Amino acid sequence: MLITLVGISIISWVVITQAPGSPIALTMDPKASPKVIEQMMKNYDLDKPIYQQYFLWLKKLFTGKLYSFKDGRPVLEKIEERIWNTLLLNLVAMVITFSLAIPLGVFSARRQYSFLDHLGTFGAYLGISAPTFWLGYLLILGTVMLFGYPVLGMRSFVTEDFTTTELVLDRIWHLMLPSIILAIHSIAGLSRYTRSSMLEVIRQDYVRTARAKGLSEENVYYKHALRNALLPIITIFGFLIPDLIGGAIIMETVFAWPGIGRLSYQAVLARDYPVVMTILSISAVLTLLGNFIADILYGIADPRIRYR
Amino acid sequence: MKVNQLVESSIGDASFLNPILAQDSASSDINGLVFNGLIKYDKNLQGFVGELAESWKVKEGPEPEITFSLRKGVLWHDGKEFTAEDVKFTYDKIMDEKTNTVRRSDYELVKKAEILNPYAFKVTYRQPFSPGLSTWGMGILPKHLLENQDINTTSFNRRPIGTGPFRFVEWVTDERITVEANPKYFDGKPHLDRIIYRIIPDPSLTEMELLTRGIDAYPVWPFEFQRMKEVPFLNVYSQPSLGYTYIGYNLKNPLFQDKRVRQAMTYAINREEIVQYVLYGLGVVANGPFPPQFWYSNPHVKPLPYEPAKARQLLAEAGWKDTNGDGILEKDGKPFSFKLITNSGNETRRDVGVLVQRALKEIGIDVKFEFYEWSVFLKNFINVKAFDACILGWGLSPDPDAYQIWHSSQIEKGFNFVSYRNPEVDRLWEDGRREYDTEKRKAIYWRINELMAEDQPYTFLYVPLGITALQKKFVLVEKDSYGREIYRPIKIEKAGLTYDLIKWYVPGTPVLEK
Repeated sequence: MLITLVGISIISWVVITQAPGSPIALTMDPKASPKVIEQMMKNYDLDKPIYQQYFLWLKKLFTGKLYSFKDGRPVLEKIEERIWNTLLLNLVAMVITFSLAIPLGVFSARRQYSFLDHLGTFGAYLGISAPTFWLGYLLILGTVMLFGYPVLGMRSFVTEDFTTTELVLDRIWHLMLPSIILAIHSIAGLSRYTRSSMLEVIRQDYVRTARAKGLSEENVYYKHALRNALLPIITIFGFLIPDLIGGAIIMETVFAWPGIGRLSYQAVLARDYPVVMTILSISAVLTLLGNFIADILYGIADPRIRYR
Repeated sequence: MKVNQLVESSIGDASFLNPILAQDSASSDINGLVFNGLIKYDKNLQGFVGELAESWKVKEGPEPEITFSLRKGVLWHDGKEFTAEDVKFTYDKIMDEKTNTVRRSDYELVKKAEILNPYAFKVTYRQPFSPGLSTWGMGILPKHLLENQDINTTSFNRRPIGTGPFRFVEWVTDERITVEANPKYFDGKPHLDRIIYRIIPDPSLTEMELLTRGIDAYPVWPFEFQRMKEVPFLNVYSQPSLGYTYIGYNLKNPLFQDKRVRQAMTYAINREEIVQYVLYGLGVVANGPFPPQFWYSNPHVKPLPYEPAKARQLLAEAGWKDTNGDGILEKDGKPFSFKLITNSGNETRRDVGVLVQRALKEIGIDVKFEFYEWSVFLKNFINVKAFDACILGWGLSPDPDAYQIWHSSQIEKGFNFVSYRNPEVDRLWEDGRREYDTEKRKAIYWRINELMAEDQPYTFLYVPLGITALQKKFVLVEKDSYGREIYRPIKIEKAGLTYDLIKWYVPGTPVLEK
């Protein structure tokens, strides 16, 4: 696993630093003399060969001396500040997704080809194909026109005279729209997976056996079939874990949410290598971790898969 | 609820609340409120008025000297007194090679900077350099707080202490930055209680926030101008901006070496039409390298008119004729065809390019128009001079000196990437930097304006208007002749809408209507 990580970080380092542009010469400021720009390249170690830069990055990362090019702040501090915001948003979206998508998928499977199933299919395609930023704009406009209450950002603008309850309610209000939109997209996908996985499982012999035993329909579906149908869903869950801290660039931008997605996007535009690299490495760790967690969950869901 | 505050917005978060390190506009806006320079431009951007310096004297000569007499009793926001030590410290920090600042370039001609006494500071230049005065508008840092700190990474950059009219309150990353009135400001306490910068990364939602009164001021795009004017609670202000958009011709390319060809291009492009259709009329056709609202722009140099017939004639004189009847001009058997490039993501430049392409087609020039991502654009084309022609813009400072853009010594490594070379113009840019007298400088820049109108190294396209929409609730507080406070409507100065920000106020009584 460690070797994979190092490999990922080396490849990312090469790709990122070899992209055209440099953190310094991005602005065309006629008042900046070439001599001063050269000196700044030197201060940022950008004049060194690429492999040395890579080791310097690693060294600084582990000694806590890694600073962003953009604002001179410690990179880990910058990430830490935003990671909780992104985590909060994505966790809420994930809870909404799983609590709605799985029942929806099971329901569709039970009433295959019914009107409601077709409606569900239609809704799912709509949800998958509607661009999230567009949905975001529509919902923001709609909410503001309906309630006349601001939705942008993580909290209301003037919160000084708020009580604790009001603060919590305000946060929930601001969480609602972006998390719903994030969820719509994944509900659409996940409910389809659940449906097809369910449909496959209920044709299995053991389901027929269960039915033949005279178990109630509810028991057959939710106890015997669902548990087996969930296996592929667990894989998807594993994939979603790295998404918890990344992958919401568009929603964060549309809703002015101060999260990791915006940070990494701005860092890429500004060629802020320390920040980009550190975020990429964290994502890599989480991806590997996600796979690991999925493996463990398999074991819990399916006693046949147990590690010895 | 009416609050006596101004809420502005910014697309991006600030980076350094430290005037010597900041390069982005969000940081500079806030630094301008929290810090003071020794001097600042007056509201017409022509002369200077004192800020931390009460007065200053320029002694001309082969090694000119500027002596600043500093204001006494000015306090840092933490209560310490400001002195010449702080000025010297700021200068030394800028000159320190370890400091990551491009501002060092501004002071390269300074020979020495010295403290005469706690309230007097003297700078000596290696050679006459009149644009040098404006660089002392740089915000001054407190020595007592930064002395033993690494300036690039210190936490001061996130919670600054300055001498300015507003003091820093809080910075919530990617959300907002708040500053409040400094009751001990040397020029009087600002009338507003506080100013808040909200970071809203999406421009369309910024507009929505303005309309629901979540923000008070908003930079208006030309296409939004009409609808903003119709909003009853907004005032819309406009003013030619400090910069221009141009087509730069690579003069190393044999196609563009004949100035008749370059003149012909300008004659062939209908710049009035570009302003009309691309900027919705919110711009001025440029006559050269200086925005027309300034003293150094020569009012007698008229922009070349739109005359395609004249363009054809000039091209014919230069030897370009359509010999094979395909509608494209040829010379020595080679068709007149070139590639026009610009950076992607700028819709205005994209539209300009399409109009230019069509206009040049009319007179028999074949133009291919392409876009590249900004850093690719700079690295692969502009910096290595591997382009035919490009659409770009310059943002300028109020001082007319544009030596770095036009002097032939700047072809190799500077910003003269079109490789313009005219010995007379070179000499004039040198003279302009040496001359301190405004009237004499004016004569020099007027002459440059004339010569460059003849040479047309660029087709100078237009100077766009800078437009701001502001909620009507704000007024300017001024004193009448009896010393009573009166309210006046806010007006825009050449130096911008917020020049008199410390006099802004939200009256508790109903808002003044014009």
